[in-house]
Amino acid sequence: MEAIIFYIFSALTLAAGLFILFSKNLIYGAFALFLAFLGVAALYVLAGADFLAVSQIMIYVGGILVLLIFGIMLTQKKEKSDDSTRHNRVEAPISRQVWGSLIGTGFFILMLKVILSSDFKMAGEEMSSKSTIKTIGVALMTSHLLPFEIAAILLLVALIGAAYLALNRNPSS
Amino acid sequence: MTGIPVQYYLIVAAALFCIGLAISITKRHFIGMLLGIELMLNAVNINLVAFSRHDPERLSGQLFALFVIVVAAAEVTVALGIILRVYGRFKTVDPDKVSDLKQ
Repeated sequence: MEAIIFYIFSALTLAAGLFILFSKNLIYGAFALFLAFLGVAALYVLAGADFLAVSQIMIYVGGILVLLIFGIMLTQKKEKSDDSTRHNRVEAPISRQVWGSLIGTGFFILMLKVILSSDFKMAGEEMSSKSTIKTIGVALMTSHLLPFEIAAILLLVALIGAAYLALNRNPSS
Repeated sequence: MTGIPVQYYLIVAAALFCIGLAISITKRHFIGMLLGIELMLNAVNINLVAFSRHDPERLSGQLFALFVIVVAAAEVTVALGIILRVYGRFKTVDPDKVSDLKQ
């Protein structure tokens, strides 16, 4: 049962990724990325990371994806045509397609070889089905306090920097 | 809980990583490249979570994945700010056409 759900969600994730790779329209790609993020969140749940799955949905789907769609819509081409499929069209030259598929499949075959030839000896016992929120919360407030604070400062700096960069986009006007 | 072998997670993550790599090479659009980078970060997180399943006391992998998500959020905001700025100056989102410093 668990294996079937795992296969379904990994197939969903990989199909969404391949759709982004082959679709010419970037908006469709962004919506396929939504499916890919949901599939990854489901894989987190299957691996016993419930808190991380909820954070994944909230941060990626609720934040990053909306930002990306904003970005796509703000950088549309100026010329308007009646053909609705022309907007957000990304032309990929054939040399880049060849290089992308070549490097992608080559790297995948390399990693597949490494993974299949490796023999992992897991020291700890497998996770029981209890919630991970308590462990993560305690670890964030004790042993991982410094990275937690640094992440907070990083987010503040990124927020201010992005707001400053995005402000007044057209200096001429 | 019988569980799925960790190799399955690794193979899915490797496939997702390579798809993201191919996307960021193929697309001639700044935001298309950003989509590929997001997929690659997610693939790495799957690896971390899959290994963290065998470490239920400390969950270091999940904590690391959490920080990766935070850094990805920061990265996307700054990258979008820069992309909007570049678009305001060059009126294009094609990385090949932003070539002022090129000879």
